[in-house]
Amino acid sequence: MTDISSGSLLLTTTDKVRASLAKRHRKQRILQGFGIAAISIAFLMLFILLWSQIATGYKAFMQTNITLDIYVDPAEINVDRLPRGDFDDVLTAALLEKLPNVDATDRAAVREASGIFSNGAQFDLRDRIVEDPSLIGQTINMRMPVSDPYDQLYKELLDRETPEELRRLNDLQIANYDQLLDAGAITSKLNTGLITNADSRFPELAGLKGALLGSFWALLVCFLIAFPLGIGAAVYLEEFAPKNKISDFIEVNINNLAAVPSVVFGLLALSVFIGLFGLPRSVPFVGGLTLALMTMPTIIIATRAALKAVPPSIREAALGVGASKQQVVFGHVVPLAMPGILTGTIIGLAQALGETAPLLLIGMNAFITSAPGSPFDSATALPTQIFIWADSPERGFVSRTSAAILVLLTFLIMMNAIAIYLRSKFERKW
Amino acid sequence: MTTLAFAILLAACMVAYALNRRAATGIRDGGQRLHSVSGYHGLFALLMILVPVLVVILFWLALQGAVVNTLIMSSLPDGTLDGLGAGQVDLILAEIQSISSGRVFGDPEPWKTAAAERFSGMLQTASLGLVLVTALLSLGIMFFARGKVSAEFRARQGVEKIVSGLMIFCSVVAIFTTIGIVASLAFETIKFLRLVPLTEFLFGTSWEPQIPIRADQIASTGAFGWIPVIVGTIVITIVAIVIAIPIGLLSAIYLNEFAPKTVRSVCKPVLEVLAGVPTVVYGFFAILVVAPAIRSLGAQLGIPVAPNTALAAGGVMGIMLVPFISSFADDALSAVPRALRDGALALGATRAETVMNVLFPAAIPGIVGGVLLAVSRAIGETMIVVMAAGLMANLTLNPLESVTTVTVQIVTLLIGDTSFDNPKTLAAFALGMMLFIVTLIINIFALRIVRKYREAYD
Repeated sequence: MTDISSGSLLLTTTDKVRASLAKRHRKQRILQGFGIAAISIAFLMLFILLWSQIATGYKAFMQTNITLDIYVDPAEINVDRLPRGDFDDVLTAALLEKLPNVDATDRAAVREASGIFSNGAQFDLRDRIVEDPSLIGQTINMRMPVSDPYDQLYKELLDRETPEELRRLNDLQIANYDQLLDAGAITSKLNTGLITNADSRFPELAGLKGALLGSFWALLVCFLIAFPLGIGAAVYLEEFAPKNKISDFIEVNINNLAAVPSVVFGLLALSVFIGLFGLPRSVPFVGGLTLALMTMPTIIIATRAALKAVPPSIREAALGVGASKQQVVFGHVVPLAMPGILTGTIIGLAQALGETAPLLLIGMNAFITSAPGSPFDSATALPTQIFIWADSPERGFVSRTSAAILVLLTFLIMMNAIAIYLRSKFERKW
Repeated sequence: MTTLAFAILLAACMVAYALNRRAATGIRDGGQRLHSVSGYHGLFALLMILVPVLVVILFWLALQGAVVNTLIMSSLPDGTLDGLGAGQVDLILAEIQSISSGRVFGDPEPWKTAAAERFSGMLQTASLGLVLVTALLSLGIMFFARGKVSAEFRARQGVEKIVSGLMIFCSVVAIFTTIGIVASLAFETIKFLRLVPLTEFLFGTSWEPQIPIRADQIASTGAFGWIPVIVGTIVITIVAIVIAIPIGLLSAIYLNEFAPKTVRSVCKPVLEVLAGVPTVVYGFFAILVVAPAIRSLGAQLGIPVAPNTALAAGGVMGIMLVPFISSFADDALSAVPRALRDGALALGATRAETVMNVLFPAAIPGIVGGVLLAVSRAIGETMIVVMAAGLMANLTLNPLESVTTVTVQIVTLLIGDTSFDNPKTLAAFALGMMLFIVTLIINIFALRIVRKYREAYD
């Protein structure tokens, strides 16, 4: 008996540890489990984010078209009156030929049937005839986008089971559509208009050309300004600046600028570039200037890191053979740091490409139906176009918004891939 | 014409470079020893022309519009502008400009047509003047620089001085930007405070930024108390941070301490992708997926949820901040000296105990700095809230209701055509000023914590 009681009294530390070990290991597993759960949640969110955009966006990469043989009736379209003419009547006549059920004298029925044409169809026809007036009197075969509700119907986004009064197409219109579909007049093709058209009020005609060019001009301006200024500032601060209060102040300033909310840069641009300098609203040039101010801190910070990575032996060797300080820096250090500098610049430009808020404030969310030819033409940019489309009530713009987001993400991925490639290809380990 | 001016400048630079270089080579070939290599003589001439002339051209272009406008408006017949508001004056100016560019609507008054003619004349004179000034200045400097070429001339030092100056200018741009931000915000804010007293702005509990269309309108004044706006911002920020901190911290701890190397090398970049997604995409994600999901969940539970609930905007913002917090926490954990970790492990602590009781407390300052930066980013984040949060300023702490934020108000007040003379526009700048001050204080504080902590272990 005494043995046992003394045995329990003489419980060693090892025994105590051993007794608690299971509990402690369980705690460790719990912490690990929480960590895995946290990462999984983050990844799940990323997956849902991308998947939701792909799932809604891919449909906008196809466009439903209607193909008709159009008899260009000289009675409706006169050579002398071009570009005027009753092009919509010509279109309707061609449509009615395919739809024998529709009574041509019943104006309401005809109007409902011709709703399948996009608003741009008659202008397409007009442009084609103005270009080649000899087509008048002939029958031409034309493929045109259908209007948004029919596009939705083809993509099965419009539910046929919904009660008629809640549907955007009534039973008659759907019957007409089915007839055309059976006749093979309705086809679906790759939507090149998404890239080659500018913005439009009608989803089936709206494209990203204006936004892509607007973003291109803005980024070009941003690069031309931010790249030299950023490198100049970084080289000075890293290589030449005396360590004193002023250079400290500049440094603090740059770090803070990198963290200033982007919308504040928009306010600056609005009151200085537009208010004070009188530059026009909505132009990519002003957008580029604003983005340049925002990108500069990023470029400066990346450049300084790249310059720091160049070993001092390079500098000392060049100085040793009699080069001046500037010859050392511009002849040896900066070229060696160039891959790092370019990587930082591309990443900065990628950030600038996705930036929206400052562009909204300088009016790059205007509705503009032509693509800009220079940085001084009014334009939108890719992210602001996404914002405009996301705000549009038409159903057709939902999938277009996601498609635009996919285009934007593609560009961002490409830019980052280039940056990663540059880094891995040219980076030197000293 | 502007293109012509730039072309002249470019040509002058190239000619001057070639001239000086050739002259210097000639001296060298003549048997004299040059102080600087001939290329530097050329470069000296090039920079001497490029820098001042470019500055002149840019200033000219920046000021030309404003000067011409003022001249036109002052040359109008006496009395035409009497008693007109700033908006109407702008309108007249815009009409004159559009007439001069050939877009005539209706029958404008004859004085407008005359002004338009004067306007296009002045513009022509101005651009002609620009070309002339560019050409003369370039030529003059070219002769001056050419005269400098001699064997003893220290062209390299000259070039290096100019380049130094340029680099200093580049670094000062950052300061100018800050000054520009502060000055423009302060300027408009002071104008705003003349219309709305500071106490009303800071302590008012109602935000209804309307401007009266008629003087006798009911409720014509509008209200500019920013409390509901800042409370909305705080609600959304808290939602975002509450989501971002646990996910960000736990994933950083897992990646730093438990994950095998291969998992870490895959997970870290994927997590960074979340940080690279543009905020406008997050905004659309919030209205397309998250808000409907929260609403249907609320409907199932029988809880009323507003269509643009703070929870959706804040939640999506939280996801955006996860990589931000996790990378700061990762840095902070990695910066803890190896000795601390090894010591704890050698005493028999499990990895979890090492992390929670040794590394985490040691890394706290760095993590707090990162969290503060995340908070400042959440406060300043714009697109997610513009798209997913509300427009009406409700004074509520309930995240299921619709609230508005400072950035949403700035954007909605300034979207579209704005003139700078009504309280609505100026209120946006006042909000911007507050946003700038708040985020600046948080940033300075956070950067200081991060830096101090790094120094302590280095």
